[in-house]
Amino acid sequence: MLPCTGRIDESLLLTAFENGADGVMVVGCLEGDCHYVSGNIRAKARVKRVYGILDRIKIGPDRIRMYNLSAGEGSKFAAYANEFVEKVRELGPSPINLVRAGQARAVSQKEAT
Amino acid sequence: MITGTPKPIEEIMEMVEPYDNIILAGCHGCVTVCRVGGEKEVQVLASTLRLAREAGGRTIKIREVSLERQCDPEYVEQMRPYVGDYQAVLSIACGAGIQFLAEKFTTTPLLPGINTGFLGVTERQGEWSERCQGCGDCVLHLTGGICPVTRCAKSLFHGPCGGSVQGICEVDKSVKCGWQLIIDRLKALNQMENYTKFKPFKGWSTARDGGPRRIIREDMI
Ligand code: SF4
Ligand code: SF4
Repeated sequence: MLPCTGRIDESLLLTAFENGADGVMVVGCLEGDCHYVSGNIRAKARVKRVYGILDRIKIGPDRIRMYNLSAGEGSKFAAYANEFVEKVRELGPSPINLVRAGQARAVSQKEAT
Repeated sequence: MITGTPKPIEEIMEMVEPYDNIILAGCHGCVTVCRVGGEKEVQVLASTLRLAREAGGRTIKIREVSLERQCDPEYVEQMRPYVGDYQAVLSIACGAGIQFLAEKFTTTPLLPGINTGFLGVTERQGEWSERCQGCGDCVLHLTGGICPVTRCAKSLFHGPCGGSVQGICEVDKSVKCGWQLIIDRLKALNQMENYTKFKPFKGWSTARDGGPRRIIREDMI
């Protein structure tokens, strides 16, 4: 949890994927409502750049998405979270995790023999 | 500052293909300011390369470093203790910095991660434009502070060519005619007499035409 989505930068988002995330959901305040004026607008541009990077390296741009809502919109947050989780489930594990799972399987097979 | 643009990730992936253990070196100088080769860009590129590599079934180890400047020996030397432990260095400094690393670390292959652009200025966030070609014999005092070598697409020295139409250069509609800018400025400064003071010809021996250049300041050696 960060005090403002403006703290998010591209490397933070990419690190999440390196650490095994299948999807990353960025939730910021409503546009125009940023306590620090434009933190969420900056975050939006950065998420967009990561979207482009993920697309180019074939991990898939749909694995990252930014949502904007106010702190009072709990039910909306839950709906967005469910929607995104559903989307990521459809996409399946990220190529990184598939490769890692394959390697882990190979290792355990080797150990078993 | 010296500007540049990132190389496409596909091109960088191809360059690093033979290697499994590299240094990715940024620079805190010009390339940090134009957001192409600073500490942040090192982090982003390193993550991107690791992800792309792993998605393809192979991992790559990357040591992320950022030197104060890659064009000064004292900072470059900071890499010497460990550079030999890596198969290659991918640098995202300007071409001068990359070459300096290559010169200092002769047994390590150097790979350029950016395309170096020009000597320019920041127009606004995300937009840079060229101002100087380092001709070695500056005439800005005669041209209202606007460089004819750089701002005139043909580097003319005696006024606009026939392709100047309503202040626009014939080379590209988005390019202002450098000479129109110069004349407008001279008029505004009430310095139109400078236009007639011009040298009969400009010597280019101090520019690139004389081959690679060196500056030796005896007073500093
Ligand atoms: S290496 Fe290049 S980018 Fe870095 S400070 Fe020197 S001139 Fe600027
Ligand atoms: S006249 Fe030469 S030194 Fe002066 S700004 Fe133009 S290119 Fe640079």
